Amino acid sequence: MAQNTSKNAQIDADDIMISMKGVNKWFGSFHVLRDINLTVYKGERIVICGPSGSGKSTLIRCLNRLEEHQAGDITVQGITLNNDLKNIDEIRREVGMVFQHFNLFPHLSILENCTLAPIWVRRMPKARAEEIAMHYLERVKIPEQALKYPGQLSGGQQQRVAIARALCMEPKLMLFDEPTSALDPEMIKEVLDTMVGLAEDGMSMICVTHEMGFARKVANRVIFMDEGQIIEEKDPESFFNNPENDRTKLFLSQILDH
Amino acid sequence: MAKTPIAKTPEFVRTEEAPLLPPPATEAGITGWLWHNIFESMADFNSPLAAIRSLFMILFSLILVYVFGTQIYGLLDFAIFSAVFADPEGVKRQACWTVQQGGSLPDGWHAACWPFVVAKQKFALFGPFPSKELWRIYLALFAGAAGLAWVLIERLPFRRQAGLLMLTVYPLATFILLTGGNIEVAMTQVAIWFVFGLALITIGRLGNAGRLGPVMNEFAGIFAGAGWLVVAFSTVAAIAAFDFNLEPVDTGDWGGLLITLVVAVTGIVASLPLGIILALGRRSDMPVISVLCTIFIEFWRGVPLITVLFMASVMLPLFLPAGVNFDNLLRALIGVMLFSAAYMAEVVRGGLQAIDKGQYEGADAVGLSYWQKMRLIILPQALTHVIPGIVNTFIGLFKDTTLVSIVGIFDLLGAGQSAIADAAWSTPVQAITMYLYVGIIFFVFCFGMSRYSIYMENKLSKSRRH
Repeated sequence: MAQNTSKNAQIDADDIMISMKGVNKWFGSFHVLRDINLTVYKGERIVICGPSGSGKSTLIRCLNRLEEHQAGDITVQGITLNNDLKNIDEIRREVGMVFQHFNLFPHLSILENCTLAPIWVRRMPKARAEEIAMHYLERVKIPEQALKYPGQLSGGQQQRVAIARALCMEPKLMLFDEPTSALDPEMIKEVLDTMVGLAEDGMSMICVTHEMGFARKVANRVIFMDEGQIIEEKDPESFFNNPENDRTKLFLSQILDH
Repeated sequence: MAKTPIAKTPEFVRTEEAPLLPPPATEAGITGWLWHNIFESMADFNSPLAAIRSLFMILFSLILVYVFGTQIYGLLDFAIFSAVFADPEGVKRQACWTVQQGGSLPDGWHAACWPFVVAKQKFALFGPFPSKELWRIYLALFAGAAGLAWVLIERLPFRRQAGLLMLTVYPLATFILLTGGNIEVAMTQVAIWFVFGLALITIGRLGNAGRLGPVMNEFAGIFAGAGWLVVAFSTVAAIAAFDFNLEPVDTGDWGGLLITLVVAVTGIVASLPLGIILALGRRSDMPVISVLCTIFIEFWRGVPLITVLFMASVMLPLFLPAGVNFDNLLRALIGVMLFSAAYMAEVVRGGLQAIDKGQYEGADAVGLSYWQKMRLIILPQALTHVIPGIVNTFIGLFKDTTLVSIVGIFDLLGAGQSAIADAAWSTPVQAITMYLYVGIIFFVFCFGMSRYSIYMENKLSKSRRH
């Protein structure tokens, strides 16, 4: 029996993508993340939502050390996230990130944006990196823009390039930080379609988003945050149909009713 | 609630496509340019007020054209139309004397005396450099101009390699050509330094491979960098110490444009990388580095260049132990370099601050290291933003080289001034002609830099539309 449990635990440990235990973070004296405990398994798609200022972006930015947490433990793919630069670099190689404002490099062409990290971080030969970049640009359906510069593309196209750029590092996990919040309504769909496609291929992802349709369609779990805490965590069906917390109910009524 | 009724038949909906018409004459071609750039602002007579304004603009334009016209004509008249160009009889100053002064030019003549400049040409350009060794300067200048053109003209192949040669082989070759090389260094010392450098590189390599423990991991890069620096310096010293059988020329015999170019080019080439490092250092998260860089920058920005040169030349030797003495020109060069690096650092810092935080995060998120992030993402954008400021500093530096006169080094202006003192050419226009000549040379260099910077800006803004 004891052997059996330990065996299960072993399998579980292998399947864990991210574990956050008692994570706390402060901006100055402002307590922005309060005792966050979260485990993400391989292949899981998690949507984090909540009112603005609730710490959801900060949470996922802590996962690749764009923000530093002050207390608690974060492990990503078994690597402990601490001040060791080697660990941070290793985690960043395995974790792709897509930002609200794309953060493409305006002085590089689309293709160069996508090949830069594989060439410099993964030490990949240029030809191979370009091959991979074209593969992912085709996947996000803009191979014909490869030689243009980011400034010449529409917002939706830029965000798809940003997704392709992250994919070129062949990450194990993708983080999306409000990927559609800065887009015109007409362009949201093309980005969401790309993300749905990724999810269907089994990519592990954590998305901070207010696109509830996307959450319903793709997420395994929906996490609701308020004032730096995770106050509700459910599968999408029960999250939308019978939320428990009053704050969640209020939030859902406000974004769904109009 | 009842809505306001709208017209039953829409009046502004086209049923057929509107034709594409050619633009009116005021919008295209030469007439369009003339209209928008000259006449548009002074052709409105539709109301009394507009008419008064237009008339005023016309009057103002005519006055400006007149003033500039006469000034430009005056300059051309002085420099070309009325100027004396030749002194076929070799009478020197008499060639530029009026009848009243004992020469043959009409009374009231006042224009450039070019034979004087021609006679002083060699001195103004190269100072007292030995005449039979001038080919060495020509060779260095020619190679420099050719190399620079190669690097700057975009259609040529191997520009990167050419640039690398210009930054490594060219300075060393020029140094040997101009001084004669054969510097006095103990070869055994050079060899010891070389081996020491190799050792540092090895430590860096081992540390990077993780064989010397986790502490060394962090410092491996510094060891390797320092090692390469030591190896490079000792190699340079060894080559410079080699006897190429060239006659040695003391830097005290350098002068004129040669000094101006040596000081300016060294300052320009050294100030950009130093400035970038100082700017990055000042913005560093590490307080020690940040404070050191800030103190350095503020110190050098806080003192006038003349003081720096004066200290370097007059005061420094007093603090050095007896017998230790290094070249006056070298001391001035180091002063100019550090001084301009501080200015450059602030220009670059301005560019760094203009870069959006998202660019840093984008680079971090794909896993680039600090130096990769800076070199590939941040600096290319930051430097592009501040090209006007960088070139401004270059131009300022180029002109500030005239200050080396204060420590007895004769740059173009200094050499020109001492040429003026020659009584054999004493005429009322002697000084003005020489200053005009010196001014034209300075203008050509500075204007060239300015135009190239504008070309670069346009090119970069075209290919990197935001």
